[in-house]
Amino acid sequence: MTLTNRTKVVSNKQMTFVESLYLPAIFAGMWITIKHVFRKKITIKYPEQKREIADIYRGQHILKRDEQGRERCTACGLCALACPAEAITMIAAERIAGEEKLYREEKYAKVYEINMLRCIYCGLCESACPKEAIFLTQKIVDAEYTREAFIYGKDKLVEPIDMDKRIDVSKRQTDKVLKFKQLKHERHNI
Amino acid sequence: MEKYIFFFLSGLAVFSALMVLISRKPVHSVLYLILCFFAIAGHYILLNAQFLAVVHIIVYAGAIMVLFLFTLMMLNLNIVGEVRKSVLARVAAVIAGGLLLVTLVAALKGLNLSTSLSANTQIGMTSNIGKVLFNEYMFPFEAASILFLSAMVGAVMIGKKEEEEEMTNVQMTNDK
Amino acid sequence: MIIYLIYKITLIVIILLMSLLIAMYATLVERKFAGFIQDRYGPDRAGPWGILQPVCDGVKLFFKEEYMPNTADKFLYILGPCLTMMVALLTSAVIPWGGTITIAGYNFPLQVASSSIDILYIFAVVSMGVYGIMIGGWASNNKFALLGAVRASSQMISYELAMALSIASVIMMTGTLSLQETVNQQHTIWNVVYQPLAFLIFFICALAETNRAPFDLPECEAELVGGYHTEYSAMKLGFYLFSEYINMFISSAVISTIFFGGYNMPFISNLGLSENIVTLLGTAFLFVKIFAFILLFMWVRWTLPRFRYDQLMKLGWKILFPLALVNLIITGIVMLLK
Repeated sequence: MTLTNRTKVVSNKQMTFVESLYLPAIFAGMWITIKHVFRKKITIKYPEQKREIADIYRGQHILKRDEQGRERCTACGLCALACPAEAITMIAAERIAGEEKLYREEKYAKVYEINMLRCIYCGLCESACPKEAIFLTQKIVDAEYTREAFIYGKDKLVEPIDMDKRIDVSKRQTDKVLKFKQLKHERHNI
Repeated sequence: MEKYIFFFLSGLAVFSALMVLISRKPVHSVLYLILCFFAIAGHYILLNAQFLAVVHIIVYAGAIMVLFLFTLMMLNLNIVGEVRKSVLARVAAVIAGGLLLVTLVAALKGLNLSTSLSANTQIGMTSNIGKVLFNEYMFPFEAASILFLSAMVGAVMIGKKEEEEEMTNVQMTNDK
Repeated sequence: MIIYLIYKITLIVIILLMSLLIAMYATLVERKFAGFIQDRYGPDRAGPWGILQPVCDGVKLFFKEEYMPNTADKFLYILGPCLTMMVALLTSAVIPWGGTITIAGYNFPLQVASSSIDILYIFAVVSMGVYGIMIGGWASNNKFALLGAVRASSQMISYELAMALSIASVIMMTGTLSLQETVNQQHTIWNVVYQPLAFLIFFICALAETNRAPFDLPECEAELVGGYHTEYSAMKLGFYLFSEYINMFISSAVISTIFFGGYNMPFISNLGLSENIVTLLGTAFLFVKIFAFILLFMWVRWTLPRFRYDQLMKLGWKILFPLALVNLIITGIVMLLK
């Protein structure tokens, strides 16, 4: 079995005179290096130029609100359970009267924290969520000076209430995905 | 002008030659010796012997002293400290040095100092030296080169012999 | 007399500043070129195309902490980099940078010191070059630095021989040690046409003498940390690194002068330009050649891997040295038959 078509059989045969001069080999090497000078550079000049990333790139998380601006999360803890890196913690609380505008369900997450240093950005929380509340976005997590700063609370995770500042997740929440999730939940119930 | 340069160079040469003896670290001695060579090369240039001056620097300062320094660096003498010589050896050294001084003084006394070398002589130029060397002094020159060749061969022979002995030593230990 | 003095001082200052400037930007070109060879861009953040990068590097080196190991030999530790820098700059004195410029009846040759022993002078200075490295390496009182210094010295001595012998065949042909004369003789045909082997040997030896890859064993990072400058920091380190680039510039100038016709420009005298313009064009032409050689030095560095130490010695003593001797003998025979 050959793994590559570039294998070369090593032999210890005596070098010919021309080979032992080394100069032809040196010139061949220099020809190779000079060819690289005129090649297209593979560097991406980062701040000005950004690498193209997929629509469903798994970056920083977001906690979605519904159409009326209410938080979707019900603090069921399925995302924390699904998380292989155990990066998610939450404390649930009961919705009291007058908070219907803020939270969609009767139970909500009072504290919701993701440790971005532990997170491996696998997206299992997204697929575990029955309320379509948590999503991963294309945003890359910022650099910070301390480890504590990487523990993101609800202030950083919940999306803004303004409709025009909402983050669009329609690309990753297609009908197919929804159907698949539905099927999975139903199978679980049986 | 030339007179001042001469005295400066002479002073430098004498000073550095003394420092070669006085310096405690062998590496410093070697560096002072190099400085001394440079002062002497300066004298050659004053005598319009440019070829001699440059060759003096290339051969002595550039090659021989590098080898000296090379060996001294490997020896690491400055940590071991000086070995105290016996009184007898010191007395012998003083007598020998004194005798050399007497000989030198006697030799210089006999010299007729009035015949000063004129600085405008062209004998020090490269082409003139070459012509003299390969016409008048052809035989001594070739004899000297044969001497050097034999010395080189001798050095190589000594080096080779030690290597062979080492080889046999290694083989013996391997056999054991 | 006064005019003569002013002219000499101006020329010296110009050449000094030019050497430093070219060495400064050679560091940038080197990094850019290395980047291009490795499909990268190289430094491009400081100013357009990274044009301020050498300035930034210099400022950084100036403001770094001056560190000296407490077991070092203080005086020699400082002397080392200074000597290296001084020796690197010394050679430029005898290189003829151009013909003669005539202003108001005065003749100003573009060479600081013309003597009958230019080439020997270059060898004398080159043989001094190793002392800065040796002294610095020894004075650091560090094993790696000492090993680097020892390597440097043996490498220099080994390659000086082949270098001198390869030039000797050129001297036999031209019959002069003066660089000005050597340049004038190459008005029609460059020396490299007659002496290609000598050029090759000289070029390889120049690589070894400037401690550039593939001969950078004295500062070989993989084995000796930083080699002879392991214990150096701030501007003293800067001097060592900088002198390498000055050496590269000067050896390129020497190669272009001895083998590639120096400031001689073919067919320029037929154009009917004024003397001074011809001289300046010749100087420009010399610099084009020098830059080409600097690029060649860099190209070689980023192509070839470093030699092993025994390979280095074998190449110097068993290949280049006999080859230079054979070249010398062949040149002698040809000259005799002519």
